[in-house]
Amino acid sequence: MMRINLVLLAALIACALSLVTSRHEARRLFVELERGESRAHQYETEYGQLQLEQSTWGMPARVEKIAREKGRMQLPPSTRIEVVDIGKGGGAP
Amino acid sequence: MRGTASARATMSSPALPRARAPILFGVLALLFAILVGRTFYLQWVDNDFLQERGAARFSREIELPAHRGQIVDRFGEALAISTPVKSLWTFPGQFEATPADRTALARVLETTPQRLSARISAAGEDFTVLARQIAPETAARAMALKIKGLNEQTEYRRYYPAGEVTAQIVGFTGDQDHGQEGIELAQQEWLGGKMGSRRVIINRRGDVVEDIASVRAPQAGRDLALSIDSRLQYLAFRELNAAVERHKAKAGGLVIVDARSGEILALANLPTYNPNARNKTARERMRNRALTDVFEPGSTMKPFTIAVAMEAGKVRPDSVIHTEGGTLTIGRATIHDAHPAGPLTVEQVIQKSSNVGAAKIALSLPAETLWKMLSDTGFGTAPHTGFPGEVAGRLRPAKTWRPIEQATMSYGHGLSVNLVQLVRAYSIFASDGELKPVTLFKTDSPVAGRPVISARTARAVRHMLELATQPGGTAPKAQVAGYRVAGKTGTARKLEGHAYTAKYVASFVGFAPASDPRLIVAVMLDEPSGGSYYGGDVAGPVFSDVTGAALRLLGVPTDAPVDNVILPPPGSEIHEET
Repeated sequence: MMRINLVLLAALIACALSLVTSRHEARRLFVELERGESRAHQYETEYGQLQLEQSTWGMPARVEKIAREKGRMQLPPSTRIEVVDIGKGGGAP
Repeated sequence: MRGTASARATMSSPALPRARAPILFGVLALLFAILVGRTFYLQWVDNDFLQERGAARFSREIELPAHRGQIVDRFGEALAISTPVKSLWTFPGQFEATPADRTALARVLETTPQRLSARISAAGEDFTVLARQIAPETAARAMALKIKGLNEQTEYRRYYPAGEVTAQIVGFTGDQDHGQEGIELAQQEWLGGKMGSRRVIINRRGDVVEDIASVRAPQAGRDLALSIDSRLQYLAFRELNAAVERHKAKAGGLVIVDARSGEILALANLPTYNPNARNKTARERMRNRALTDVFEPGSTMKPFTIAVAMEAGKVRPDSVIHTEGGTLTIGRATIHDAHPAGPLTVEQVIQKSSNVGAAKIALSLPAETLWKMLSDTGFGTAPHTGFPGEVAGRLRPAKTWRPIEQATMSYGHGLSVNLVQLVRAYSIFASDGELKPVTLFKTDSPVAGRPVISARTARAVRHMLELATQPGGTAPKAQVAGYRVAGKTGTARKLEGHAYTAKYVASFVGFAPASDPRLIVAVMLDEPSGGSYYGGDVAGPVFSDVTGAALRLLGVPTDAPVDNVILPPPGSEIHEET
C-alpha cells in the first residue's frame, strides 16, 4: 500500500513539474509568435509604403516634369513626329 | 522553604472563571462563521462583479484594424493605396508633462508649446487628439519621450499616387476609410475589410502574454483592378488639359475605349482636383463629367440616322439627297446648313455634315423606327460601367415626337447623352454592328456584343466616317500619320433654359485604325472661347494627338502609308454647325 502511494506521489510531482515547464514553454512560444507577427505586420507596412513610393516616383506626370526640367526634353508636337515605314519585307537591319 | 513553596503555588494558580473557555470558544466560532459567510458571499453572491473587476486588471480587448484593398490599373500600378499612420491622443486630466516635455513634444509634432498647451486646455476633460494621421516614425519619436498619459493609435490613410489624373474615376474615402466618391464608393463592399478583435492577458508592463478567447482575425479588403491604362490615362489627361487651356474651355472630357473588349482605357475630366489634399475642393470639380453630365451631342448623331435609314432600305451610300440650297422649313422652324451645297450623296451628308440632308433622311422614316434604333444603341440608358451616379441621358418616346423634333434629333438636338454613352454607341461602327458593353473593370475574357445593325451597314458607315477625316470632310485635323482613322465632328449650340445660346460644345468621336478598329476615342470641350469653336478645329487635333500616341504606345501595326496626312490649304476647311 505504502509503495503504491509513494509511486503515485512521485508521479504526481512529476506531472506537476511538467505542467509548470510546459506552461512556461507555452508562454515563451507565445511571446515569440507575438514578436513574429508584429514583425510580419511591420514588413507588410513597409511593403505598402514602398509600393506607394514606387508608384509615386514612377507617375508619368513626374517623369515628364523631370525630363522637361532636368533633361531639357519635350514631347514633340504631332507636326514634328516623323513616322518611318520599314516596308512589309522588314527593311531596317 | 515549604511555606514559600506553598505560597508560590497559591499565587501561580488563581482560579479561572468557569465561563471563560466557552465564551472564548463562542467568539472564535462567531468569527469563523463570519469568515465562512463572507467567503460564501464573495464566491456565490457577488461573484460576477468581482470576476469582471479581476479580468479588467489583466485582460484587454484589442481592436485589429483591417487593411483596405488597393485600387490598381490594368497592369497593377497602384491608383489608391492604404498605409498605416498614427494618431496621438490623451485625456487632459491624465496628461502629465513637464514644460521641458511639452517643448520636446511640440518640436516633434512641428508646432509650438503654446499651441499644444492651448489644444490640451481647450479640451477640458474630454478625450483629445494631439496629432492626427502622422507618419509612424514621428509618432515613435513622440512616444519615446515617455510622457505619461500620451497614447498612440494606428489608423489607415489612403493615398492616391496618380493624384488629379485619375481623381474622378477612383474617388476618395472619408475619415473612417469608407468610400465617399467614385469607385471607392461603388466598391466599398469589395475594398473595405472587416475589423477584427482579440481578447488577451497582459502582464504588469502591458505586454501581451496570452490570448484568452479565440481571435477574430481582421479581414483585409480585396484589391481591385480597373480597366484603366495609366500611360494612356496620363496621355489623355495631358492632351485634354493642353486643349482646354488653349481654347479657354470651361470643361472637357476624353474617353478611350478598347473597341474589342469594351474596357475603358482612359477617362479624363477637367476641371479636376487633387484627392490627396481636397480640403477646399469645390464639389463640382469632383464630378466625373464624362459619366454624370449630359449634353446635346450635335452632329456626332448623324451616322446613326444614316445607319437606320440604310437598314430600313431607304437610302444607299450613293443615293442623292437634295439639300434645297441649305435650308429646310418644317412648320415654323427652319434648318440651316453652315455651308450650303447642291445635291449631296449620303456619303457626302456625313462627310460635309449637312443638317438638311440628315433631317430629310430622318423624315423619310417612321419615328418609331428611328427611336428603336437609337434606344438599341444605348441612348436613354445608363452605360452601366460600374460607376456610381452615371446618368442615362434623355431620349423621349417616339409617340411624343413632332416632325421638327424628329428632324433636329437626326443631327443631335432634342436628346442628350453623356460622353461614355456616345463612345459606346460608336462601337457599332467600330465592330461589325455590335454594341459592346463598356466597363471600368479589367476583363479577362472577351465580351459578347449585341448586334444592332448589319455588318454591311456598319462597314458602309465606317467608310463615310473615314471620308469625314479626309480633305473635303469636316475633320482633316483628326488624321493620324500611319493610320487610317474614322470619326465625326460635333459643334452643338448649348441649350440654356429653353433657348439656344451662342455657346458651343465641340466634340469629336472616332476610332482607329479604320481597317481593324482597336480604339474608340471621344473628345468633348465645353464652351471653347479662344477663337474657333468648331469640333474639327478644337476636338479634332486632340483626337489626332491622343490616338496617334496611343496606337504607337500599344504597338498597333500601321495600316496606311506614313505620309497619309493631307491637310487642306488654309481657308478652305469645311465647318459645320451642330
